[in-house]
Amino acid sequence: MMSPQEWTQKLVEVIAHASTQLPPDVVEALKRGRDAEVEGSLARKALDSILHNIELASGNWQPICQDTGTPLFWIHHPIGMSTRMLTAACEEAVRQATGKQLLRPNAVDPLTEKNTGHGQAPGIPTVHCEEWDSPDVEVHLILKGGGCENCGAQYTLPNAALKADRNLEGVRRCILDAIQKAQGKGCSPGVIGACFGGDRGSGYVESKRQLLRPLPDRNPIPEIDALEQDILEKSNQLDIGPMGFGGKTTVLGVKIGHLGRLPACYFVSVSYMCWANRRAGARITADGTVTWLD
Amino acid sequence: MAKLTLPCDVETIRSLKVGDFLELEGRIVTGRDSAHHWLLEGHQADVAPLLQGSVIYHCGPVVKKHEDGHYSFVAAGPTTSAREEPYQADVIGRYGLRGVIGKGGMGARTLKGLQDHGAVYLHAVGGTAQVLAQAVTKVEQVFMLKEFGVPEALWVISVSNFPVVVTMDSHGNSLHAEVEKASRAKLEKLLGLSA
Ligand code: SF4
Repeated sequence: MMSPQEWTQKLVEVIAHASTQLPPDVVEALKRGRDAEVEGSLARKALDSILHNIELASGNWQPICQDTGTPLFWIHHPIGMSTRMLTAACEEAVRQATGKQLLRPNAVDPLTEKNTGHGQAPGIPTVHCEEWDSPDVEVHLILKGGGCENCGAQYTLPNAALKADRNLEGVRRCILDAIQKAQGKGCSPGVIGACFGGDRGSGYVESKRQLLRPLPDRNPIPEIDALEQDILEKSNQLDIGPMGFGGKTTVLGVKIGHLGRLPACYFVSVSYMCWANRRAGARITADGTVTWLD
Repeated sequence: MAKLTLPCDVETIRSLKVGDFLELEGRIVTGRDSAHHWLLEGHQADVAPLLQGSVIYHCGPVVKKHEDGHYSFVAAGPTTSAREEPYQADVIGRYGLRGVIGKGGMGARTLKGLQDHGAVYLHAVGGTAQVLAQAVTKVEQVFMLKEFGVPEALWVISVSNFPVVVTMDSHGNSLHAEVEKASRAKLEKLLGLSA
């Protein structure tokens, strides 16, 4: 059994991974994007810079982006493990990682407008714990930047302006609208996590959980898979491009989940994740052996 | 690739146009939300001469303090500029800035300010914190560190080969407005919304 301090150490490692090493599927998608852009174009230069940056960060174990974002943890744990201990370990790990410059002091108290200085505050990080049958712990972490978080959007169907009804076509219209409105502001090319159904809170949470899916992951539900592929293709025809400079590479992936809704409500929640799609996953056994998943 | 040495004069700025790729040399100052409020609270005489003829960089860096007390930038990419839209034109006018570095572009008010005062909007590639930190050769000094914290303080830095793209020039052109408009038209066509 690991002590809370040992758990904290493991979680600092997960944070280090997420902040400095971009998952290989994201790097591959960015390379494909670069190769598709015209030689000498602003889009290509931006992607070259992005790829160079990823190499530098990874080699030196330095943060890929200075906005190290909100740490969002999803943890599966064995029966009987204390979620209070895990949550406290995540919070302490954020403070320690901030002390090591793996994270920027990124938490502000909105009442006093003071930066807490150590990266942690109520609600930062967010920690979702779920019990499962395995004796191992599985941790997934996303560092979600502020610029792209500002590009998130929530729609209520029906939406007259978009001619969007309460069906998958309506969902498609909302997501494409959100991508167009985001332009390059969320540091495109981005990854879209979305959810239809749920309430205003759960819809956004599920949209973010969708971002845990690797880019090549296909939706097992055929209609939603088709929707994901279609939005991916259409959004890359809008010529928004990397950083909104114009170009073919606007979105790298679209991941859509759904939740039950009330008869009166139909929400479409869209989360925009920047190209710095910092995702880390680790499976940790009771004796502390780590297997990296992302 | 063209070099732009800072501080610089108005004529140089007027010669730049949307789409120009530049490498910056010289002194720039970081500033984001708190800095923009503070700069408009009064005339901040200490920092004013450092802003004159230079550019303000929308950036909240990760900074390392070394044992001997000197600082270096660990990660230093641009932050979203749109938040400074209500203040930017006034800050440019009051302090004689020749431009702004940021990401995501800015709106009509800033575009007019760039035109009126002779300044440009320079877009750095968002998220490229390591590439840009390498272009920061020296941290000269810092203002309001205690009051605002590391990301919001005004860091006076020297840069070399700092890559940016002119996306809003001093003649009323904005790449952001163009891309926004064209992509809206495409989307409306795609969704059958165009009138
Ligand atoms: S949106 Fe992402 S890549 Fe861009 S500055 Fe924020 S965290 Fe960095």
